Amino acid sequence: MLPHIDAAYNLARWLVRGDAEAQDLAQEAMLRAYRFFGGFRGGNARAWLLKIVRNTCYSWLESARGARDATEFDEEVHGVAEVTPESLAIAGANSERLARALDGLPPRFKEVLVLRELEGCSYKEIAEVTGIPIGTVMSSLSRARRRLEQALGAEDGKEAP
Amino acid sequence: MTCGQAQWLHGYFDGELDAARAADFEAHLEGCAACAQALAVQKALRAALGGADLYARAPASLRSRVGAQLSSPRAGRVSRGPYWRGLAAAASLVIVLVGAWRTVAWRADIAEREVGKQVLDAHLRSLQLNHLTDVASTDQHTVKPWFVGKLDFAPPVVDLSAEGFPLVGGRLDAVGGRSVAALVYNRRKHVVNLFVWPTEGPDTAPRMGEERGYTRIYWTRGGMAFCVVSDVAASDLSELARLLSRS
Repeated sequence: MLPHIDAAYNLARWLVRGDAEAQDLAQEAMLRAYRFFGGFRGGNARAWLLKIVRNTCYSWLESARGARDATEFDEEVHGVAEVTPESLAIAGANSERLARALDGLPPRFKEVLVLRELEGCSYKEIAEVTGIPIGTVMSSLSRARRRLEQALGAEDGKEAP
Repeated sequence: MTCGQAQWLHGYFDGELDAARAADFEAHLEGCAACAQALAVQKALRAALGGADLYARAPASLRSRVGAQLSSPRAGRVSRGPYWRGLAAAASLVIVLVGAWRTVAWRADIAEREVGKQVLDAHLRSLQLNHLTDVASTDQHTVKPWFVGKLDFAPPVVDLSAEGFPLVGGRLDAVGGRSVAALVYNRRKHVVNLFVWPTEGPDTAPRMGEERGYTRIYWTRGGMAFCVVSDVAASDLSELARLLSRS
């Protein structure tokens, strides 16, 4: 389990943002995973641990923000600037800007991107961690990527009005 | 801007389409500028994400905390001190060992189910006419010597008439491609087959399984694998397994 500590922390770090919170939640999740090892039925240990990390983080997020801003903006609400490979390459070259764009996404978009692009999870693993049906992982990723592109475009607008 | 095939773009990009679908989409890309452009956008996005060093690795402090806590019986407390590293290493080792044991147990589980199927087949075969026993005797001192020279091991044979499981006899059978000893017991007119064969590995506690309405209990002890199977009540079979694994 300790070999997956990076994966646990990385997911927590992106979901809850703060380093101290991420450390606490990753620790809590790993202890929980260790304690409930009897519930592990073989298969993918990383996905199993990440699922516990995710649930731990979501519980924390819920209690932290309450029902206050549970509603998320739908992607169709925002106007969309045209994204091209060139504009993305320019926007992406600025790591801070990219991190900010990713960090600003709602958790359900952020998590699939972190799992796929940073953790290198397969669709099957993403389904296992997030509880999204395997058949809709592809469309979830499609929406999440679109949101990230938009966020990068919006950052673009901020810097060059 | 989008076309009907665009739904497959992300699956294609992620290498998650089956071969036929991927080939179709690849052919489609040749003639669809919109999808080709969308794919180029995805490649640029991935390149940007990959080049931005966004992965947050666990800080050393978290490693120590988790390591120390997992190795400490007093969960909930965080130890501090120079022995962190040792504790963390010990915890890793424990976890790796537990993981390995789990994997082994899981594999054993599959093997056990496979054995269970074959044992049940052998049991059903034995119920056909004149197949039950090669040596019909209620005397364990007749049945046990009968196996000598027929098997490369000596199965333990006990009579449990006093406990309500009279020995009926024994025969040779085959499970998992090897010759095994089959001992036949009765329980209120039901036939119980006990299969015995040599095995490697540590002793395991009796585990019950069920298949097609038959109950089986499997355990290993002293280098022998034991499996009882019957259509008697599960509680009766448990009782027999308990008596056998004690004797």
